[in-house]
Amino acid sequence: MSLNSKLNNFVVRFANVNGTGSASANHMFAKAIFRMGIPVTPKNIFPSNIQGLPTWYDVRISEKGYLGRKEGIDMMVCMNPQSMLQDIKSVSVGGYFMYDSTKVLHADFIREDIHYIGIPFTEICNKEYTDPRQRQLFKNIIYVGALSTLLNIEFGVLEGLVQDQFKGKEKLIAPNINALQLGVDYVMQNFKYPLDLQVERRDLLKDKILINGNTAAGIGAVYAGATVASWYPITPSTSLVEAYEKYAEKLRIDANGKRNFAVVQAEDELSALGMAIGANWNGARSFTATSGPGLSLMNEFLGLAYFSELPVVLVDVQRSGPSTGMPTRTQQSDLLLAAYASHGDTKHILLLPATPAECFEMMLDAFDLADQLQTPVMVLSDLDLGMNDYISSPLVFPEDRKYQKGKVLTAEDLQGMTKFGRYLDTDDDGIPYRTIPATHPTKGSFFTRGSSHDEYAVYTEDSPTYVRIVDRLTKKFETAKSMVPAPRFYSSENKSKYAMVFFGTSTYAAEEAMDILREQGLEIDALQIKAFPFSSSVNDFIEAHDQVFVIEQNRDAQMRSLLVNELEIDPKKLKKVLNYDGTPITANFIATTILSALGVQPVLKEGVVI
Amino acid sequence: MSYTRPKFAHPALPKNKLGYTRKEYEGSLTTLCAGCGHDSIGAAIVEACWEMNIEPHKVAKLSGIGCSSKTPAYFLSNSHGFNSVHGRMPSVATGANLANKELIYLGVSGDGDTASIGMGQFVHVIRRNLNMTYIVMNNGCYGLTKGQDSATADVGSKNKQGNINMFEGIDLCALALELGATFVAQSFSGDKAQLVPLIQAAMSHPGFALINVLSPCVTFNNNVGSTKSYDYVREHVHATATLDYVPPMEEITTAYDQDETKLVKMHDGSWLQLHKLSQAWNPEDKVSTMNALQEAHKKNKILTGLLYVDESSKDLHELLETSDTPLNLLPQSALCPGQEKLDAINAKFR
Ligand SMILES: Cc1ncc(C[n+]2csc(CCOP(=O)(O)OP(=O)(O)O)c2C)c(N)n1
Ligand code: SF4
Ligand SMILES: [Mg+2]
Repeated sequence: MSLNSKLNNFVVRFANVNGTGSASANHMFAKAIFRMGIPVTPKNIFPSNIQGLPTWYDVRISEKGYLGRKEGIDMMVCMNPQSMLQDIKSVSVGGYFMYDSTKVLHADFIREDIHYIGIPFTEICNKEYTDPRQRQLFKNIIYVGALSTLLNIEFGVLEGLVQDQFKGKEKLIAPNINALQLGVDYVMQNFKYPLDLQVERRDLLKDKILINGNTAAGIGAVYAGATVASWYPITPSTSLVEAYEKYAEKLRIDANGKRNFAVVQAEDELSALGMAIGANWNGARSFTATSGPGLSLMNEFLGLAYFSELPVVLVDVQRSGPSTGMPTRTQQSDLLLAAYASHGDTKHILLLPATPAECFEMMLDAFDLADQLQTPVMVLSDLDLGMNDYISSPLVFPEDRKYQKGKVLTAEDLQGMTKFGRYLDTDDDGIPYRTIPATHPTKGSFFTRGSSHDEYAVYTEDSPTYVRIVDRLTKKFETAKSMVPAPRFYSSENKSKYAMVFFGTSTYAAEEAMDILREQGLEIDALQIKAFPFSSSVNDFIEAHDQVFVIEQNRDAQMRSLLVNELEIDPKKLKKVLNYDGTPITANFIATTILSALGVQPVLKEGVVI
Repeated sequence: MSYTRPKFAHPALPKNKLGYTRKEYEGSLTTLCAGCGHDSIGAAIVEACWEMNIEPHKVAKLSGIGCSSKTPAYFLSNSHGFNSVHGRMPSVATGANLANKELIYLGVSGDGDTASIGMGQFVHVIRRNLNMTYIVMNNGCYGLTKGQDSATADVGSKNKQGNINMFEGIDLCALALELGATFVAQSFSGDKAQLVPLIQAAMSHPGFALINVLSPCVTFNNNVGSTKSYDYVREHVHATATLDYVPPMEEITTAYDQDETKLVKMHDGSWLQLHKLSQAWNPEDKVSTMNALQEAHKKNKILTGLLYVDESSKDLHELLETSDTPLNLLPQSALCPGQEKLDAINAKFR
């Protein structure tokens, strides 16, 4: 045990008022720690509101590289009088509470078991600045300066960040550095520093980047060759399409100054998906992004694309449902809706990214799979991953990676054919050949329809034909199992009769929980599911264990339902570990739930909070 | 490379400049009721495309759901078709058009498909000035679901059950004008002579072109008292002018009277010749068209023919400044920026 268990290992929470410009100051704080080579995970906790309501920004610093959420606040930076009482209560015993001491704290706000760091931010700002907006904005920078001294953040790193931020607006650099210095000076003159909470430079991050999932997915869509993006604004997916557009504007302008892409803000999600389907039908890679309410609206079109066998990519950045639910809180609760979206017998391909790098890669995969399998592919991200920065491997597009366009017939192919059958299973893999409009003057045209059709795309209500077609779709889904991203195993051999499976952002907390459980003497095998349908290795893994904990962020254990339904696993074998309160799941929650399910009494070591 | 044309063309059948007979523009056999107006419109589409020497495979035909939306199966079988979902053809057409700006997009819809479930998409495709021809086969009822009143049924119109419609009918042409449509026309399925040049003009128009075609449903809405029956429509149509479509490169040879005839030059070099114009109406002046529609409405007349055209507007591709090469033809080398650029992006996130 190190002398200082808080070195590079603590949580800071910023309490701000929405719309006061605190976001960029808070981001600067997190980025400074990132640039000191220390694993850091910032999280925005914000209301569905534009201005005036409380927002929080949690920064977890973890030398061990744990990137999931952690309960317990070691340092609260409270800049919001409205939430102050609640904020004081949320500080861990022995923690710190930084506040604006321009006004004296009322006795009700005093706790004996925490430390108070009062800095007269308003007074300092009023003295230094005359413009009210400046007073507001620089207050944020001053607290970052104050924290840097208290927590031992290198001042040079902050200077570097200010210089980067204001590249092109150099006039703003000096005033911002000055504001940082005001905070530094006040701490130096009034407090002992650094605190036991402190950071120390490491080299743990190497070539890692700090990026959110939506940005990575947006860049992924550019790299995947998407040319048409149609969408309808909805939190938390909006920034994904915005990222696509931003990077396309930079990277997809041709020699004539024209765009090699089109972005259309549709009138609703039905239209957004309709456009994406129309573009794919006509041979252009196209996608849309949405969240739960949009996915509900898109159901009819998903059924059309499934039955008429058209590729389309849809990103669902999940948020807390049902209905409007908690629009700015996270969840993994669209799984069942997405897997079986639309009426009739339908099944869809789902990709389940856990990291920004996976968001990027799975966008590349999604477009390839949609084209190869001629069916909708949904990438199910969530608010936590989409809108928060995560430490991630850099984005990589392998030199030799070629777009997989699947079975598309050329004019030459058609020329040699006597009769083209759009829905013939020529290769016995359930995947037919398609043609793009205008390929050949007299061959290859057909009528795409959502009504029942035969192998030649002709309308039919003949029962045997209908059954043949829908059974072939099942066969195609079987083929998909070996094409979708394989699950991730954590060891080459199973070591335990217990296992846990998880997906998406639950992965971070689950990985940390494995370490906690190991410390408690419980070895547990683990699997990160990356796609639906499940490959046979998912089945084998579950088969090989007596008890499997399914960790997910929804009330109804939706992944567990999918596993039971698709793999015909005995439900008793699959134990639920469910977090659905809208905050990201934590390792402690997972570990305690598993231990109590197994009847194990946790052995508490010093510094281990269970 | 060369392509063999189908062999079934009878040598005696007339051929167009591409060497195609009308057969190459036809579709499979209709399954609509005998005498349905929709089939006459399909025949006019065949005629218009054949006369215009359009390569059939360069047309994409799209529709929603309804008897009307089935018709794309009955014309242009060498064109790709897309029978989408009820009321959502405009969005599918928008995506398709964005993917390939070089095709001719022909959308077919019904009055239920357009004026009720699809109203949202109809309104927005007009706003975006998507380069397409949008034909509404308007029978004032839901044919496929057995004759319920639609939103274009006129107030006071009697349906087959004898019920009188209480609700105001939506005038799709007036609505389209209001929304900034750049080509608006109205016609009658029984008037092929008018319909064919209108379809040709609409296809030449470089933006959104609406043709609202009154197309009686013989099975459910052809009774006495219905304002969408054959007899009623035939008796109440009133043409703004007669119309000739003159293809690009062809000279206008017929002499014409300045007062009675108007020439409209289309973007692609073709001409529209309008003869015997109604008074106080100019197809290039939206206000006069609005007035003419209102006047006709007051007198229980159904104004047909070209109503409004604006050849100067920008279509969606121009507005979005998309590349000259269709987006669906761009190769990976034009689409994927490569790892070097990605390294620079990664660096920005450190
Ligand atoms: C979502 C949905 N709701 C209802 C229907 C049933 N439906 C099929 S066609 C139709 C109305 C068609 O009317 P219209 O567009 O005027 O076409 P018509 O048959 O008159 O040519 C309806 C309501 C459907 N196919 N889809
Ligand atoms: S029901 Fe009416 S609209 Fe439908 S095919 Fe018959 S006549 Fe035409
Ligand atoms: Mg109708």
